[in-house]
Amino acid sequence: MLRQVARAPRPGAPRLATPASRNSARFCFVAPLLYCSTVIRRAAAIAAARAAAALSRRLRFGGGTALPGLVAQRIHPDIVRELAAGLGAGSVLVTGTNGKTTTARLLRNILQEAGLKPVANRAGSNMMRGIAAALAAGARWDGRFRSPQERIGVFEVDEATLPHAAAVRPRAVLFTNLFRDQLDRYGEVETVAAVWRAAAREFPPDVTLVLNADDPAVAALGDVAGGPVVFFGLADRAAAGQTLDHAADARWCSGCGAELAYAAVFYGHLGHWACPQCGRSRPQVQVAGTDLEVGGQAPPITSGGQAPPITSGGQAPPSTSGGQALSLTGRGEGGPAGLRLAITTPAGGLTVRLPLTGLYNAYNAVAAAAAATALGIGPPAIERGLGRFTAAFGRQERLVVSGREVQMFLAKNPAGLNQVLRTITANGLQKDIALFLNDNIADGRDVSWIWDVDFELLSGHTRSLTVSGSRAWDMALRLKYAGLGSPGDVEPDAALALRRALQRTPEGATLYVIPTYTAMLAVRNLLGRWAGRGAFWERD
Amino acid sequence: MTKLKLRLAHLYPKHMNIYGDRGNILCLRRRCEERAIAFQADELAPGDALAADAYDMVFIGGAQDREQRRVAEDLLKVKGAALREAVEGGVTLLAVCGGYQLMGRFYRTAEGEELPGAGVLDIWTVHPGPRARRFIGNVVVKWRGATLVGFENHGGRTHLGAGVRPLGRVVAGFGNNGRDGGEGAVYKNLFGTYLHGSLLPKNPQFADHLIATALARRYGDVPLPPLDDRIESTAHAEAVRLATRRGIIGIGGRK
Repeated sequence: MLRQVARAPRPGAPRLATPASRNSARFCFVAPLLYCSTVIRRAAAIAAARAAAALSRRLRFGGGTALPGLVAQRIHPDIVRELAAGLGAGSVLVTGTNGKTTTARLLRNILQEAGLKPVANRAGSNMMRGIAAALAAGARWDGRFRSPQERIGVFEVDEATLPHAAAVRPRAVLFTNLFRDQLDRYGEVETVAAVWRAAAREFPPDVTLVLNADDPAVAALGDVAGGPVVFFGLADRAAAGQTLDHAADARWCSGCGAELAYAAVFYGHLGHWACPQCGRSRPQVQVAGTDLEVGGQAPPITSGGQAPPITSGGQAPPSTSGGQALSLTGRGEGGPAGLRLAITTPAGGLTVRLPLTGLYNAYNAVAAAAAATALGIGPPAIERGLGRFTAAFGRQERLVVSGREVQMFLAKNPAGLNQVLRTITANGLQKDIALFLNDNIADGRDVSWIWDVDFELLSGHTRSLTVSGSRAWDMALRLKYAGLGSPGDVEPDAALALRRALQRTPEGATLYVIPTYTAMLAVRNLLGRWAGRGAFWERD
Repeated sequence: MTKLKLRLAHLYPKHMNIYGDRGNILCLRRRCEERAIAFQADELAPGDALAADAYDMVFIGGAQDREQRRVAEDLLKVKGAALREAVEGGVTLLAVCGGYQLMGRFYRTAEGEELPGAGVLDIWTVHPGPRARRFIGNVVVKWRGATLVGFENHGGRTHLGAGVRPLGRVVAGFGNNGRDGGEGAVYKNLFGTYLHGSLLPKNPQFADHLIATALARRYGDVPLPPLDDRIESTAHAEAVRLATRRGIIGIGGRK
């Protein structure tokens, strides 16, 4: 009942009148009042959210992503459900441990190429308040959208928030992967899996699940799905290894508990798996990534070069020539060797080249193609959409500062960081690297996960190493065990550390910054300030 | 002088590895090998037999519920008796988090189901129910005039029997049950604790204590020359500072 109303093409419909209609005499009197109050409250929520967004941008609070949504929800708790109902082309949810932001961004591009107008939450702002903020920012005062028929929601959703996000009534829900991540926040991996199973069971049969077949924990959601399922995965075994990481999570069969056997492992526990005991195995995929060329990093670029040399020591930040030296270059001149792959879908194949590296980004591209397929979008739009990709906030994003290129690789869990390390060291050259480990709530308070990361991969690949963040010394200790770094590499203060890391990076070379989430915000803010620019997050 | 060797049994590494427990093994290896003590670590899976006298030290880490059930079953059927014999015979055992709980008499789940433990240690653990607060945060423990630092994350409340002493007193954090100020348990040379992070790298004194205890059974007192612990000491001091500072504003602090 509720669903039908929420789906109705009239977002302003007096839903609240339904209970009152039991008494028709009262209804005549109460309904208009309720309707009016809903309209007013909704308009107030939208207005307040916009004011909060403007204010927090002005005050440079965390990018203005959380507050507006919080305000809107406080004023009108049903704001997400009501506004999402006005998205004529429905909504897609993207969830999973790694790859949410990049996958959602890829999907957005595809949808635009298909003639749709996506409404999307900002990078990483993936709780309900982030969705509320996105909807409030995109809607008109009356809660409707301009050109509603072309409007489609693309929301990345925190793993634990998924059940609440069902309020948007998605057409498709994409699950990227499930790894151990911030156990102090999410609880055990199995806890997240249980939340997902319950959510998958609850979705109505018109919701398509888009599942990573290579992740046994995600593929198992197909067992409980009430509606259609689109499986995706990588088919190119030439790009795979044979052994699981030492701390692989889903190594046990979800059916019988036996240890899974892998014919190919792409990364973490993603691969071509089968249970030798009960015979469960990786499902047939409808959308597959083939012919992978996972490029290494490009040789150092020569930047614009007008920037004066970095001032050493003192409090002055590196000066730049009026912000000219700093630019967001998702593609970047002389960009990375990138990633090339072919994707097969039931409607035909396509080939793409992405300015991203690493197997994990091959998964992101195939995942986005699978979600688009689930929405009935054909290969041409997928190919165009993937082809015009620019890096997402902090995810292999490239900036140029004082003649050095800075490339940021957000990493917040063992599987993700292992992939980042493999990607950075792929071409065998020596690199300048800065690691930022924070333990704020958004990073995970528990830093023991760094002991599950194979920092040994960096051995022989570092020209300089700088270690920072609130848990810099924990990181330094982990690196010591990998035979890397020295006490002199540690500078807990982010600004000092970033300056030092830039000094240690030769002009024209690339500094690889590997931050946890809050450190990434701090680093980005610093780079923005030094260039005399506004906050970067406005560009998302 | 005979070449010293520490033989370690690492129990269930594929099942019990949730909180960077690998760091504990890396630490023991490093601190032995830097002192020219040979280090041998055997990984024992469910089904593998354990000989009570084959090892100087046993390590068991933490795990998720599902894996923990599998391990509990194996402890009952395969390794429990040898483990009891080893501990009674003075073998050093370090059990962290879920492994610590499993060494006890039983674990009562949030749903009230009672899972038998290995019965090596006279402790028992009770989860007060699904709505109970989980003990999550940084911990500082007073231990033999020094401190231990780590991170705890457990729903169960552990209680100690008469013959078991706590490993240390809680300075910041919750500890065994959030009530009696005790953290961990010591019985003979068995050390149980909720601290991970990983535990040993940041607590080199404790790591050395374990190594000395383990070697003493076969070789008598073995002097362990000091190592360059500058990074270890700074990381430890920083962890104490962060845990106690944040305790004041109540995040991860003791309530």
